[in-house]
Amino acid sequence: MDQLQRKLRDYEAAMFQQGFLDDQFSQLQKLQDDSSPDFVIEVMTMFFDDSEKLLNNISRALEQIPVNFKQIDAYVHQQKGSSASVGAARVKNICATFRSFCEAQNRDGCVSCLQQLQKEYSQLKKNLQYLFRLQQEFKAAAGSIPTGE
Amino acid sequence: MSLLHVIGFGLKVGHLLLVLCCWIVSVIYINWFVSMDNTKMGFSGDGGKMWLKWWEKILGSTCKIHQQYYQCIGSKRVRRVLWRKLLLAWVLIWFIVSLWIFCFMNLQVTEKRKETLASMCDERARMLQDQFNVSMNHIQAMSILISTFHHAKTPSAIDQKTFAKYTERTAFERPLTSGVAYAVRVLQSEREQFEKQQGWSIKRMDTLEQNPVHEDDYVADALEPSPIHEEYAPVIFAQDTISHVISIDVLSGKEDRENVLRARESGKGVLTAPFRLLKTNRLGVILTFAVYKRDLPSNATPNERIQATDGYLGGVFEIESLVEKLLQQLASKQTVLVNVYDTTNRTQPIPMYGSDVSGDEFYHVSFLNFGDPFRKHEMHCRFKQKPPWPWMAMGTSIGILVIALLVGHIFHVTVNRIANVEDDYLKMIELKRRAEAADVAKSQFLATVSHEIRTPMNGVLGMMNMLMDTDLDVTQQEYVRTAQGSGKALVSIINEVLDQAKIESGKLELEAVLFDIRAIMDDVLSLFSEKSQGKGVELAVYVSDQVPRQLIGDPGRFRQIITNLMGNSIKFTDKGHIFVTIYLVEEVFHSIEVERESTSKDTKDTLSGFPIADARRSWEGFQAFSHEGPLGSFSSSSNDFINLIVSVEDTGDGIPLESQPKIFTPFMQVGPSISRKHGGTGIGLSISKCLVGLMNGEIGFVSEPKIGSTFTFTAVFTNACPNSNELNKTQQINNQPHPASSEFLGMAALVIDPRPVRAEVSRYHIQRLGVQVEIISDLKQGLSAVTDGNVAINMVLIEQEVWERDSTMSSHFVNNIRKIAEVDKGIPPKLFILVNSSSSFKASSATSCVYNPTVVTKPLRASMLAASLQRAMGVGNKGNPRNGEHQALSLNHLLSGRKILIVDDNSVNRTVAAGALKKYGAGVVCVSSGIEAITMLTPPHEFDACFMDIQMPEMDGRNPGYARAMFKAWNGWICFKTI
Repeated sequence: MDQLQRKLRDYEAAMFQQGFLDDQFSQLQKLQDDSSPDFVIEVMTMFFDDSEKLLNNISRALEQIPVNFKQIDAYVHQQKGSSASVGAARVKNICATFRSFCEAQNRDGCVSCLQQLQKEYSQLKKNLQYLFRLQQEFKAAAGSIPTGE
Repeated sequence: MSLLHVIGFGLKVGHLLLVLCCWIVSVIYINWFVSMDNTKMGFSGDGGKMWLKWWEKILGSTCKIHQQYYQCIGSKRVRRVLWRKLLLAWVLIWFIVSLWIFCFMNLQVTEKRKETLASMCDERARMLQDQFNVSMNHIQAMSILISTFHHAKTPSAIDQKTFAKYTERTAFERPLTSGVAYAVRVLQSEREQFEKQQGWSIKRMDTLEQNPVHEDDYVADALEPSPIHEEYAPVIFAQDTISHVISIDVLSGKEDRENVLRARESGKGVLTAPFRLLKTNRLGVILTFAVYKRDLPSNATPNERIQATDGYLGGVFEIESLVEKLLQQLASKQTVLVNVYDTTNRTQPIPMYGSDVSGDEFYHVSFLNFGDPFRKHEMHCRFKQKPPWPWMAMGTSIGILVIALLVGHIFHVTVNRIANVEDDYLKMIELKRRAEAADVAKSQFLATVSHEIRTPMNGVLGMMNMLMDTDLDVTQQEYVRTAQGSGKALVSIINEVLDQAKIESGKLELEAVLFDIRAIMDDVLSLFSEKSQGKGVELAVYVSDQVPRQLIGDPGRFRQIITNLMGNSIKFTDKGHIFVTIYLVEEVFHSIEVERESTSKDTKDTLSGFPIADARRSWEGFQAFSHEGPLGSFSSSSNDFINLIVSVEDTGDGIPLESQPKIFTPFMQVGPSISRKHGGTGIGLSISKCLVGLMNGEIGFVSEPKIGSTFTFTAVFTNACPNSNELNKTQQINNQPHPASSEFLGMAALVIDPRPVRAEVSRYHIQRLGVQVEIISDLKQGLSAVTDGNVAINMVLIEQEVWERDSTMSSHFVNNIRKIAEVDKGIPPKLFILVNSSSSFKASSATSCVYNPTVVTKPLRASMLAASLQRAMGVGNKGNPRNGEHQALSLNHLLSGRKILIVDDNSVNRTVAAGALKKYGAGVVCVSSGIEAITMLTPPHEFDACFMDIQMPEMDGRNPGYARAMFKAWNGWICFKTI
């Protein structure tokens, strides 16, 4: 039990430390209470769906010739907004770089950014899913999720 | 001597000239410069005004001549060139002037010389003329004598002998004549008779003249007899000196003949041209007068005269000796050369007197009149010496030139110097600018670096926090705690440095928010309570009742000042107390006057009994006290502004006297050992001073080594409820107890404490809970108060000191109280012991008595006191939630009943925002676009606030048209989200 709790805490801390997540995520966790027990997971699922859709859109838009950078910028902006509000720090940072490339109309930069974005995103997704699984396990064992503190 | 004077005078004049020139030049310069546009205006017509302005300007400019002088001259390179030209012109002008002066003076000298010469010459000529005239008159007189005694008498009264004698004896009257002779007119018809009568024949002169012979060889008899002529004029009488001319016919000599003919025609004295005289061979002239038979009228014709002629009297003048004699009579004979010429024939003047010694080329001509209109004579005078060099003129002009050059030089040097100074000045300005820029850059660098350090340090601290939560063994935890402590210290130092940098760059601004000063002081107390307990130092805060509960100001900065001062105090205080008091300035002002009268210097009357530095001295220098009259500044604005005076007194080491003046200088510490011992950067006090300044207050201190220091500062805050008057305020405070302890309202407490100051602090804190407080100084009185008092005492608070002093008395007191309670069938008053640090009391309290009183650890503060009282008395709700939960609970209802609209095209964002707002009990409506938002927000609607993304497709919050549409629909709160 304790071991599980520690593992969960360690893992979470590691994700913070590596910069996958930031303070916004802990704020999000604080929002979760008895009235909405799965708030974080709900939001995250929404974020994942949204992101996948957006990433697809971006990659498709990048293949078109001529490239509609304005459109891509709008997509990336959305992605940035949503990642910021869930606290996915690294994804957010890449989005910021991406947007600067869009502004400069640099297609190669955009493509490499997209690749990075996809990589980061999938890593985040994997990590978060693992975290959620741990939480579920812990919840099943203890009946409540420990707060971030 | 005189040369020195001249030079001195010249220098003075030069200086004067320089000043004058400077003045004139600058005036002209400035006016020309300033009124460039002015003249344009003046042309438009308003001439009089313009002149007035000009005049004013001149007057004004003379006043500030010096600044403008430096300002105007050489403010540009062009001006220097101008100056050089001006200088050149100056030198040239003076050169010309000196040249002119030289010429002028030279001319004057020559003129004067000429005049002198002329006057001398004229004088000589006149004298010569006069003397000649005298002689001539005399000869004329002789002619009359002859006509009277020789012709008018028969026989003649004069013969040669008589004549010679007479002339000899009257020769003194004719100094100029060497001899006088009389020739008679003899016609051809009378010749024989005449020759017979005289006994000699008439002789001729021509040959004589042709071969002049020496006197010695001269024999009259050898002369040839005169050939036959129409008439003759043989000399019959002659002075002895010229007796050789007797019997010679003067008409036969060419000169004499002309002379004789002219003389008898004119009837006046007639002169011959100069010629070599017979015998003497000297130059001479002969004056001839005609002797007539009868008196002729003055207008007689020449013919009549010729007819009437009887004879001719001639006098021989030796011009050379004549002039010689004359010149000898006059002074300065040596300086003047005199030449006399006969200029009857203009083209060939005959020299009569003079040498050929060359003198000055310049000569003066005076005309001589010897009474013969036919003959013309001139006297030429010249100086023997050539004219001397005109030293005077040369000296004067050179002197003037030298002075002018000197002035020019001074001018030049001055202008150069001004230019140099100005160059230096410009350089210095440039350097100053650079230095200032460097200073700004340094401050900015400091601020940036501090900021940059702080950001990662926060990360370090956060990670430390997390690390603390992980499974660590004791040693590791110790390490982490140390690291965290160091990190916090570092962050606080960086914050201080940032503050300093902000203050230096003037970027620090104060907030104006509502705050409760008492709560702030409680916070500060709890911050230091651990430290003070550890050191065994008593810590206390007292806030005057007059201070309003709610103030508007910057609580953070206020707290920073207090924390700084208290932190310093704690550092340097090992025993005794630290006491913070907050009063209104007015209160203190009144109390000063009271205390001054009483002058009770009871050192025991302090919080811990240790002596303290006199706080009053620390604010002696404050302007608020010294400048304004009594209450001048406070009373008028007391309703709007609250003047607080805060003192922090300690009984620590004090500040060494020599460091006291520098105490508010940044990075100043008393000594290097201090920072080693206590740490700190030494900018706390400097920041505090700045902050106090920003709060329109003043800070001061008084410190006595080994006794302690007292820092006092004033600060101005805005009253949160300015309309309530003094009386209401006090009531308000008393009626508004601590929110967490409303359950104590109406209770009464007894504080037993012999020290009034400390008791007053206790009273203040307890009263804040709504409890009535009575102060008693010892246990005995306390007992009687509990027993006899008509008010039921709910609690008794006893100082540790009193409690421990006499254990029997204490137990007696406890027992009695219990008894009273039993008698009255009421609840006995609870006993509290006020202790400084919990550890010090434990030992004694365990043994003291059965009735174990509750221990309350100082420093006293409302929340802690309330908690202790609640625990001991069991009042209030048992299930009082923990502090954090309590807060969360209140937050839960923060937004209950409010409706909020969320506008965002991002579903994730929308959900998160909705979740967050719902947590605080708000009703949330989400829409995904700006157009929807506008329709939702079109009145009437029920939203209290609207949160929206600033950047969305279709409707961008930064789009002014959209923003206008939004504001039209909605004039409530809109919060734009930016990432």
